[in-house]
Amino acid sequence: MQRRHLLQTGSALGVMGLMSGCASPSGQGPKVVVIGAGYAGATAAKYIRMWSDYGIQVTLVEPNPAFVSCPLSNLVLGGSKRMADITSPYDNLVRRHGVKWVQDRATSIDVDKRVVQLAGGSALSYDRLIVSPGVDFMWDSLPGMKQAGAQDKVLHAWKGGPQTLALRQQLEAMPDGGVFAMSIPLGPYRCPPGPYERACQVATYFSQNKPKSKVLILDANDDVTSKGALFKKAWAERYAGMIEYRPKHQLVDVDAASGTLKFEFNDDLKANVLNVIPPMRAGDIAFKTGLATANQRWCEVDFLTFESKAAKNVHVLGDAIQIAPAMPKSGHMANQHGKTCAAAVVALLTGQAVNQTPVYNNTCYSFVSAKDVVHVASVHRYDADKKTMLAVPGSGGLSAAANELEGVYALAWAQNIWADTLA
Amino acid sequence: MNKIIPWLMYFGLATSLQAQAQTAPDARSLAASCAACHGTNGNAQGSMVTLAGTHQQVIAQKMQDYKAGRVPTATVMHQLAKGYTDDEINAIAAYFAAQKK
Repeated sequence: MQRRHLLQTGSALGVMGLMSGCASPSGQGPKVVVIGAGYAGATAAKYIRMWSDYGIQVTLVEPNPAFVSCPLSNLVLGGSKRMADITSPYDNLVRRHGVKWVQDRATSIDVDKRVVQLAGGSALSYDRLIVSPGVDFMWDSLPGMKQAGAQDKVLHAWKGGPQTLALRQQLEAMPDGGVFAMSIPLGPYRCPPGPYERACQVATYFSQNKPKSKVLILDANDDVTSKGALFKKAWAERYAGMIEYRPKHQLVDVDAASGTLKFEFNDDLKANVLNVIPPMRAGDIAFKTGLATANQRWCEVDFLTFESKAAKNVHVLGDAIQIAPAMPKSGHMANQHGKTCAAAVVALLTGQAVNQTPVYNNTCYSFVSAKDVVHVASVHRYDADKKTMLAVPGSGGLSAAANELEGVYALAWAQNIWADTLA
Repeated sequence: MNKIIPWLMYFGLATSLQAQAQTAPDARSLAASCAACHGTNGNAQGSMVTLAGTHQQVIAQKMQDYKAGRVPTATVMHQLAKGYTDDEINAIAAYFAAQKK
């Protein structure tokens, strides 16, 4: 019933919105432009429409034709999911919520004139801008990866999309007895437990299809950065002799032609399939606009509104921000950023008070096999004195052990967060 | 005078509502923090528990049970419930109870 109600309200106003123009919104009401339709940006776009009773115009700039989830993408490597299972359309944001989707790429932002320039040549003016570009990679730290063809051969597969499938194909093409070597950068990076889940998923595939093969984890960090005891238990009990974990391996270069990883202190290492998760920073558009003020990598924000500390009327969300203590760069957290920002933007544009005590949570599931799952959860509350989000003492925690029930919940989580973000 | 009194009352009421809004939990935002798993406005997809239209006391009691560790089958909710105050739990429960299924 709720959906039908929204459909009616949304479509009536949505049609008005669509009739009012294409790339440049010219209808009634304040204008919000959102750059990037991932977990944070798409959620913000939907909730600003909903919470303004469809009074604020929202234009969403996203070049990709559909949403491909990063969470669950490791299951494509393991073989229990296909790309279609982790892909969702953007149509519902347009049809149900009257979001104007412009399938284009933002190339520059004039924060004084409040205009976003698009690759296709058009420009969008805004009252408030939400920049939600995810991450891009710091290739300068791995010179060999800048050589022609290197990035087509040595994949990161750290954004759900074509590289996810391409890495799966590299695993399929690898002979039994081969070695898959994955390099993990120093934190902070997108999805702290993601690399360790990936090791489990590649090992799941090897166990069933190429049992003489090996998974080598080369981690720049001193130890497993998330769910450490649970992952180590899974590796020892389920993938003994197949997964090998080596901490303190700081990657400094890659020779893609010979398939060689080069480390700061350790010997060079060759493998059949290399998977380099490079050091990362806020997405290019945020970086270029000068929003990445923390160590030239991440964007500092006011956690009450997610407004940038570097530019007025510009909000930054998701993996691109300088995180609060104990706040992971996760899809679930990005979804929560999107709603906190949406509430603040609606309040600011309609003269209402901004919520002074945001509280939200993170729930992150990792598949240690095709069915068994472990989670980490946390609750985060705004601290008015420290002006940041802090984990609530006594809350949160981990799974006691990997289990199949949480495997069911993990898939239900995905189904629900995709709907909450996109439908 | 007769015309002014309702306006004074109106402004008086508006001021008290505003004061209340600054101290009372922001129910809509708190409930939205549950929506990633339980669906927008508590309308869940698939096998996840739908909270929309569920009686306020049922939701609040369940959250208190999770918070106190009285749900032996809990996987994650006992860890999340401990992060919310009793006032916040009541506000969340009231919000979901008022949503259409």
